[in-house]
Amino acid sequence: MYAFNYHRASGLRQAINMLGKLEDPKLLAGGQTLLPTMKQRLASPANLIDLGQVEGINEIELKGRSLVIGAMARHAEVANSPVVQQAIPALAELASMIGDPAVRHRGTIGGSVANNDPNADYPAAVLGLGATVITSKRKIAADDFFKGLFETALEPDEIITKISFPVPKKAGYYKFRNQASRFALVGVFVAKRPSEIRVAVTGAGASGVFRVPSFEEALKKRFSPKSLDGLSIPATGLASDIHGSAEYRAHLVGVCARRAVAAADVKTESKIGVTGGAGEQN
Amino acid sequence: MSATGIGAAVRRKEDFRFITGKGQYTDDVSRPGQTYTCFIRSPHAHAKILSIDTAAAAAMPGVVAVLTGQDFAESKLGGLICGWTVLSKDGSPMKMAPHPALAAGKANHVGDPVAVVVAESVAQAKDAAEKVVVNYEVLPAVTDPAKAAQKGAPQIHEVAPNNTIYNWHLGDPDATAAAFKGAKHVTTLEFVNNRLVPNAMEPRAALAEYDPGSDSFTLWNATQNPHVARLVISAFIGMAPEHKLRVIAPDVGGGFGSKIFIYPEEVVCLWASKKVGRPVKWTAERSESFISDAHGRDHVTRAQMAFDDDGKITGLKVHTIANLGAYMSTFSSAVPTFLYATLLSGQYAIPHIYCEVDAVYTNTVPVDAYRGAGRPEATFVVERLVEVGARELGLDPTELRRRNFVKQFPYQTSVASLYDAGDYDASMQKALQIHDYKGFGKRKRESERRGKLRGIGFATYIEACGVAPSSLVGQLGAGVGLWESAEVRVNPTGSVELLTGCHQHGQGHETTFAQLVSERLGIPIENVTVVHGDTDKVQFGMGTYGSRSGAVGMSAVVKALDKVEAKAKKIAAHVLEAAEGDIVFKDGKFSVAGTDKAIDWGSLALQAYVAHKFPTGEIEPGLKESAFYDPTNFTFPAGCHICEIEIDPATGVTEIAAWTAVDDFGTVINPMIVEGQVHGGVAQGVGQALLEHTVYDDKGQLVSGSYMDYAMPRADDLPSLKVDTTVTKCPSNPLGIKGCGEAGAIAAPAAVMNAITNALGTEKIDMPATPQNVWAALQQANTLRQAAE
Amino acid sequence: MPTVSMTVNGKPAKADVDPRTLLVQFLREHLRLTGTHVGCDTSQCGACVVHVNGKAVKSCTMLAVSADGAQVVTIEGLADGQQLHPMQEAFREHHGLQCGFCTPGMIMTAVDMVNRLGNSLDEKTIRHELEGNICRCTGYHNIVKAIGAGAQAMGKGGGMQHAAE
Repeated sequence: MYAFNYHRASGLRQAINMLGKLEDPKLLAGGQTLLPTMKQRLASPANLIDLGQVEGINEIELKGRSLVIGAMARHAEVANSPVVQQAIPALAELASMIGDPAVRHRGTIGGSVANNDPNADYPAAVLGLGATVITSKRKIAADDFFKGLFETALEPDEIITKISFPVPKKAGYYKFRNQASRFALVGVFVAKRPSEIRVAVTGAGASGVFRVPSFEEALKKRFSPKSLDGLSIPATGLASDIHGSAEYRAHLVGVCARRAVAAADVKTESKIGVTGGAGEQN
Repeated sequence: MSATGIGAAVRRKEDFRFITGKGQYTDDVSRPGQTYTCFIRSPHAHAKILSIDTAAAAAMPGVVAVLTGQDFAESKLGGLICGWTVLSKDGSPMKMAPHPALAAGKANHVGDPVAVVVAESVAQAKDAAEKVVVNYEVLPAVTDPAKAAQKGAPQIHEVAPNNTIYNWHLGDPDATAAAFKGAKHVTTLEFVNNRLVPNAMEPRAALAEYDPGSDSFTLWNATQNPHVARLVISAFIGMAPEHKLRVIAPDVGGGFGSKIFIYPEEVVCLWASKKVGRPVKWTAERSESFISDAHGRDHVTRAQMAFDDDGKITGLKVHTIANLGAYMSTFSSAVPTFLYATLLSGQYAIPHIYCEVDAVYTNTVPVDAYRGAGRPEATFVVERLVEVGARELGLDPTELRRRNFVKQFPYQTSVASLYDAGDYDASMQKALQIHDYKGFGKRKRESERRGKLRGIGFATYIEACGVAPSSLVGQLGAGVGLWESAEVRVNPTGSVELLTGCHQHGQGHETTFAQLVSERLGIPIENVTVVHGDTDKVQFGMGTYGSRSGAVGMSAVVKALDKVEAKAKKIAAHVLEAAEGDIVFKDGKFSVAGTDKAIDWGSLALQAYVAHKFPTGEIEPGLKESAFYDPTNFTFPAGCHICEIEIDPATGVTEIAAWTAVDDFGTVINPMIVEGQVHGGVAQGVGQALLEHTVYDDKGQLVSGSYMDYAMPRADDLPSLKVDTTVTKCPSNPLGIKGCGEAGAIAAPAAVMNAITNALGTEKIDMPATPQNVWAALQQANTLRQAAE
Repeated sequence: MPTVSMTVNGKPAKADVDPRTLLVQFLREHLRLTGTHVGCDTSQCGACVVHVNGKAVKSCTMLAVSADGAQVVTIEGLADGQQLHPMQEAFREHHGLQCGFCTPGMIMTAVDMVNRLGNSLDEKTIRHELEGNICRCTGYHNIVKAIGAGAQAMGKGGGMQHAAE
């Protein structure tokens, strides 16, 4: 790790101030991606602003027809929240599959979404549910938020404060893990909303999370795994590495989408501590 | 059997310190004034080092010294060596290239250390390391062993034209060719035995301290064999005479072979500690381990097996290209030769075998012994051929094996090994029964109903352990003898310190060796302490690898205990005023046969030290004996592993549904520990077969250089295992022990791949059978099937 | 240099540290609590797991300064003198360790698992929950057994409160 100056923000306003004033600043939320990156000397912020003691931005509540989750809510808090489990069980399920138990105790939804790792799980849910990213400055629709690998619409002095998820009629997530990193090699989030069907894919894209209009069309006719039978997506534009060629990933997008739809059809019980369901063993 | 003696599942004595966080691994040791290092490693696979500018680094805060390969060259210290000379077919010796601890002139793999920063903290050392400017001229690199000896390949070492280290062979080529001519059926396979990164969980570490007062060094080192490390660093590197160099291997967090070898980093820490006059510490980071720990396996093989009308194997031909990496590591030469080809007869009577091995240099991390070392590779060759042969001949794979098992012992194979004892059918039958082989068809149909493919695979493996008879390995080119030593120090109160040249790094010697003493002397196991891993305490030893500690190390203990008992009886005879021949030692008591005169162990020990009651001119006071034991043969553990898998054809994911292992390890000292060794070995073998993929790109960059890309087996990758044993005692050592440390890793890869290919209906898949590879194999098989229809 | 103060194994600990000091470095190097290990540099192996405010975290992926004011429990703080925590006892009884290097992280993870999920853990759950802990020696077979038994034992009285502090 390179040397940096450390600042512990006591409140959101102070954090925003520091973000605007300090040279080459970086926010530290849960640190589960940032710290490993800094350890490898791949990131070298001059000033690190720790949000760990900022209060009031980790709450989880149902507001009308939206589930609103504070940016500093840890993955474990989202996974275990009865409010989330009730409103959008697939989202609780997704949170329970991020990293591992210790990582879930530290990692935050805001940090994950702001980082926009192409293999992270949350971006699939944010895009798949058509969520709204609420920042210190404005509200950004999911479709406008993700801009490519590790790129978002966030401005340098902007902090995510909450994410608002409209509660869908049904939703499901299926994650196919990279055997080494356990990140998503392919993850597909599907949601049936009153107005639309959304299918969002993480892990597979060469430029991050994306939607699959052809699948959405097919599911509009009937929200069933069978509607996707025989459908896949072209391999062009997909990521390719030692864990999965673009062709393999393209194939998996179809498989994961079918399984996500199937999972969405199942009335999901609280899955805490239980594997299976929308997840699987590898 | 006593509660703490041979055969008892005694809970481990060493566990208390580990479960309470009181273990002392090398990085846990701190010395006053210690400094920290950061190695500057070549980012290129093959590059000339044109210049190194250390000025900016030296001026950084906290920097104590910056040392380069040039400095090391000027020190006149020697380089690292390979201690086992292998001859080519034409009798010429292997082409061992120089291996300086810090590269000077040329770097030969990514990770090759070229300089080192010594500083007040790790962070400062790293900060300064970034300021060392190395000017490289990048050269073309070769990483694929199959291409290394080809025309036009980049040449790595002057001493080795065509990057060829040796062209070695074993067996009779003409007789084998004749056997193939008369064959009814020939099975042919071509495959890669994938390169593995050992990944002991404790990264390698070294802490060196120089004492100018006595002109001597102390090295704390995460090593499996401290005495051999001292010998090499003294005799070949020339760091210090042996009596001026103390090597301590404290708690070591796993080795699996990778900590046998002598590496550049400990040599550099020693050298630097004298130069800077302060202790110097190095602890690898995991990503550094990936590019500096010796890797394992990496064979490219073509093999053929000939069968007659009755499904009897009549011949075996094997050609292997073995990748030894950029330098010859300590025992690298022996692994694909004497530890490989000598096991190619498997559990079978194969009249004619011929094996050729071409060892090559490539611009990759050196390759050396990794759990099983040559024997997993041999087992993979034989067991894949047997299984595929059975499929091609339409025979049940267990039936084909049964027809070919060696049944008479001793059995002289056609590849030098002399099998001493075994009952291969007994292990297989027991395994079949435990596994419910008969129920496989039903389980397969049930899987099919769920849209899954189910497969079953076998490995009836053999291995050679208990390395090794010294004169034999000497004839084969080894630079050392492979005996073991032991010393039994009886204290005046009767408690015992047992010193062994073996070293534990997970095997539980502090318990099993104590069990042996407890059984033999009839004393509580709590009264025995096992001392190991310190060259100042233990006289000499060859360390722990090759499943040798039980078969060889414990045999030395038995010999020392024999001497202790003999002397104690002499003393007892005087104390009890009886003839020596009438003294009986049983249950911790010396008694005079046919009388009630007796003295217990503790009192006898005290008598030995007070020396009041025996003539010290005739019998020396004290009770301490040592012994060296040299084995007369290798031992030959064998067994049958059955793997049953289920594949999700939609994703290519393989799940291990069931695993049965029945092994014959001869005498078992502690069944709990032996089972644990099997579990761990199987996990590593499953890792090789399903997960672990060491990938170099054609520029020589290690693509799978961290746990983000190199898949380690995790708990949910494995099932619980059914583990059992059969016993035929090893006739060549006093306890009848064969060794158990490597069996799982030897059997597992073949068992898994036999199961997967059984499920897929195609043999065309290499390890690791990752979901992507399985899916691709299925696609290819389907395409071929459709084309055929 | 910022000052960090926290409670480690029930004792106050305070030091001025370079901000880039990781919690694991603070424990190992400043407090000489070397039972917490470092086995990787990508936050995956779990050898460094400790409890911060009652929850398992990877101490290699947390800054020491971020733990300011926290209650930290390490493997050294689990036993009550010579009286082992039931999970430690279970690892010994079921041979859940070989080289011992991953063991502190495994045990701390196991205790956290029980704190969250209760005393009756099936094999599948345990294997899944061990996703963030890598062992190279045991093949996990006996670790899984040990955790199941340790969880039961924790339910019978010992350890629960102590570990949850």
